[in-house]
Amino acid sequence: MSLSRRNALRSLAAASATLAAPAIFRHAALGADPITVVGIHDASGGLDIYGQPMIACLDFAVDEVNAGGGLLGREIKLINYDPQSNIQLYTQFATQAATSDHAAVVHGGITSASREAIRPILRRYKTLYFYNTQYEGGVCDRNCFCTGSTPAQNVESLVPYIMKKWGKKVYIVAADYNYGQITSKWLTKYTRDGGGDVVAVEFFPLNVTDFGPTIQKIQQAKPDMVISALVGGAHVSFYRQWAAAGMKSRIPMASTTFGGGNESLLLSPEEGDGIVVAFSYFQEVDNPANKAFLEKFHAKLGAKAPYLGGELAMRTYTGFNLWAAGVRKAGSIDRIKVIEALETGIGVDGPPGRTVLDGKTNHVSLDVYFAEVQNHGFKILEHFADRPPADTASVCDLAAHPNTDKQFVVDVKI
Amino acid sequence: MSLALAVGLQALTGVAMLLIISLGLAVIFGMMRVINLAHGEFLMLGGYSAILAVRHGVNIWVAMLVVAPLVVGLLGALVERLVIRRLYGRMVDTMLATWGLSLALIGFVSMIFGNTVGGFSAPLGSVDVGGFYTSAYSLFLVFAAALMVGAVWLVLRRTPFGLLARGTMQNPEMASALGVATERVYAVTFAAGAALSGLAGGLIAPLSGVVPTMGTAYIAKAFITVITGGAAMLAGTLSASVLLGGVGVLATFLTTPVLGEVVLLAVAIILVRLLPHGITGRFFRRAL
Amino acid sequence: MSRRNAIEIVTAALLAAVVALVLPRVAELFVLINATVFVSMAILALSLALIWGFGGILCFGQTAFFGLGGYAYAVAALNLGDSTYAVPIALAVPAVAALALGYFMFYGRISDVYIGAITLTVSLILFNFANSTAGDQWHIGEAPLGGFNGIPSTPQLNIPGDPDATLSPQAIFVVAVVCLASCYILSRLVLASQFGRIVVAIRENEARAELLGYDARRYKLGIFTLGGLIGGLAGVLFANCVFVSPTMFSLFYSGQVIIWVMVGGVGTLFGPILGAMLLQGLTTWAGTLPGINPNAVLGVILMLAVLLMPMGLLPGATAVLGGLRRGTAP
Repeated sequence: MSLSRRNALRSLAAASATLAAPAIFRHAALGADPITVVGIHDASGGLDIYGQPMIACLDFAVDEVNAGGGLLGREIKLINYDPQSNIQLYTQFATQAATSDHAAVVHGGITSASREAIRPILRRYKTLYFYNTQYEGGVCDRNCFCTGSTPAQNVESLVPYIMKKWGKKVYIVAADYNYGQITSKWLTKYTRDGGGDVVAVEFFPLNVTDFGPTIQKIQQAKPDMVISALVGGAHVSFYRQWAAAGMKSRIPMASTTFGGGNESLLLSPEEGDGIVVAFSYFQEVDNPANKAFLEKFHAKLGAKAPYLGGELAMRTYTGFNLWAAGVRKAGSIDRIKVIEALETGIGVDGPPGRTVLDGKTNHVSLDVYFAEVQNHGFKILEHFADRPPADTASVCDLAAHPNTDKQFVVDVKI
Repeated sequence: MSLALAVGLQALTGVAMLLIISLGLAVIFGMMRVINLAHGEFLMLGGYSAILAVRHGVNIWVAMLVVAPLVVGLLGALVERLVIRRLYGRMVDTMLATWGLSLALIGFVSMIFGNTVGGFSAPLGSVDVGGFYTSAYSLFLVFAAALMVGAVWLVLRRTPFGLLARGTMQNPEMASALGVATERVYAVTFAAGAALSGLAGGLIAPLSGVVPTMGTAYIAKAFITVITGGAAMLAGTLSASVLLGGVGVLATFLTTPVLGEVVLLAVAIILVRLLPHGITGRFFRRAL
Repeated sequence: MSRRNAIEIVTAALLAAVVALVLPRVAELFVLINATVFVSMAILALSLALIWGFGGILCFGQTAFFGLGGYAYAVAALNLGDSTYAVPIALAVPAVAALALGYFMFYGRISDVYIGAITLTVSLILFNFANSTAGDQWHIGEAPLGGFNGIPSTPQLNIPGDPDATLSPQAIFVVAVVCLASCYILSRLVLASQFGRIVVAIRENEARAELLGYDARRYKLGIFTLGGLIGGLAGVLFANCVFVSPTMFSLFYSGQVIIWVMVGGVGTLFGPILGAMLLQGLTTWAGTLPGINPNAVLGVILMLAVLLMPMGLLPGATAVLGGLRRGTAP
């Protein structure tokens, strides 16, 4: 018998595939055990300013459902993993969640990089995935639900608003990764659509802390406003140095990211006040649901309760409740049944307003608020209800092509 | 013209920044041949001490210029006692141990303070230089850097301790044979270097903000500056800061922040290749 | 070759064969995938163990080769649509880079801490560069470099010559274990050869070796290049179980490798492999603990290792065992 190396490898691959099969189909026999939900958020490392409030909200949401009798009469068991702002650990924990914990759903991922690390793994091992972060849009995957806001939801209305307020010459500073790159394209498009002019776009890697030369460059360009899509702890120094150079009173600033973590708390009021931002939630949102939520949230966490500045933490809470609504409607935690239930256009009411799933894109329609930084918090300026995820919808149709599995880069016509 | 002035000022600030963040490391390396990889975390702790002091009603200048170096200097003395002293003469081991310390400090500070400690803003407001606004505080940093270098020079040149320290640096065995308590010299030097790092942390806190992981942004740059400078700690760090900082800022201004950083690093590599013992291995050899 | 060497090589081969045959049958899939990551990290640790432990060259930027291997693999595989030739390309790129960098350093007579500074700087430049390639203009052929996000679409290995037959995670695990064993055996053979003995002689006393007529620069360059190549192989395997991104070049990983080698034992080959496995496991485990910052755990371990066990885990344990056998206190 001639056994070529290729054949040997191939039979090895086949043999191991059969071996792996039982591990994948073990879901069925859960019975009345608790339902396992996994959260993967950075609780340490550079991204913890976003991760920790998200974890607090996920914990809170799970406790709330458990206190109300659980889901389908079963308790929810939440496992939190800390990938320590390290992509390698994201893939490890995602694999663990899918193949060892047999999670009914995984909530998590903060940066687009972490999402793209775990999304293919969870799809491969047939585990439902919720990504609850504001991002650049375009993910089209039936197994992945994106419940944060995208540029068409916040940028599209923010740009005309500030142009009307401040003028037409815009200087854009953005984080140098795909969120910043894509968001800056949208910013440019909407500025030009409104008859404005983008004088410069500058990108900064996430670890840059010295913005001195840039601040001089901005003064040289003399824009009517600066729009920032900067991300993370290091970039906070931009706002500091901007204020220290005395520019804050001279050129106004808007941002698509400021306050998504704890930026507003890190800066003193003299440095931060007046920056205009757009998110789908602020702790200061004034409605009865939010009031009730905050009361319970603070009662449970006391002094440890994080400030829920931008939307990331609240989207995590809402994302979990959307999933829970899907399970209730499906009457099962079976992945396909839950996806089908969610795709009927389930909606939940909550602190940020009404969030409705769009079955064609697996993104959500949500309310958008404009606010201005004020004394470590935000003052709400405007409220727009029910903004659809138009950017992703222009490229993604899961109803027609359910097997799509990619992140479209929306071709922004500038 | 005014633009050139503004860029020149930026370059000067860039040089001062580099000098400030490297000096503590340089003193410890120059005197003890110890590379303190927890240097970045000493900066971070300096920042935290200043912020916490301001929170408790201490005057902002006192917090930055007194509290921060004092706290970190004390910590330095403790670290020297517990860790560094056991590893004298084992350069690589000290690097690894201080690196462990660096990770541990990041970890413990995150656990104790969390990641949100509101900073304080830079004092002094802004100044108008030929139509370009820049923060008066960054000009103050240039002044502070000059002051720090001057102070170290004075201590080494004009005080009895400086004499003992220079002697120990040049020939520890001989100094020891002549009755110098070299261990004490090392202990004081390490604490002083740590205090300088703490002062640096206090000084940069209003511009960069303070988070537990901030040290990692500075350690590599400080390390490269000190190594490029070579053995003579003051002249070396000063010349390396001027070269690297100046080139870095100019490149950033002309191109992008990334290229600016890359140019800075590339210049460092070329310098070390051309001058295998640092700038002061060839020039200013008799300087401090 | 000494008898002890032969025994070690046979043991390593047998151990690898057992692990490769048994683990895929008994372990859960996630254990296997994690194990593949660990094995790729162990190969990286091995590469530094060669350079540092035996060549005496403290390289602070071993991740430069790790990352270059990963990126070269991803870019080549995406462009060729087949991993058959991508793997040799991915080994050649870091090896050539190591050759060039080594020539630059050793023939410039740069030594000890200055080598550390240069290698660190090179990995920082690569890190900065890789991080700044998010724009559309950054692509090599079909492969976008992706900046901070890296290349999530990094292809999996396929059976050589057959692009459609991508390997299962189980098969990749087997490949990784075989790679680790081969690298270990290769290193043992190299160190047992005349070349290897001269490399160690140079580590012990460079001046003496030179006076005996050996060109230290050439031997250092040789071991450095070999280390670069093995580091690149680790990158290829890592790319297969995670994907390539700039973090592969990061200070974080450069640091980790040094910790693994240190904790495992500088000057041994098996120690660093063990150190990589143990500490990787520890880091992963620390991520599941609530309220504990993993940095604190790792940092304290490293400090204690340096202070209490300066020889490292393996030599330390051997010394203790040897002491027990002789009936004396260690």
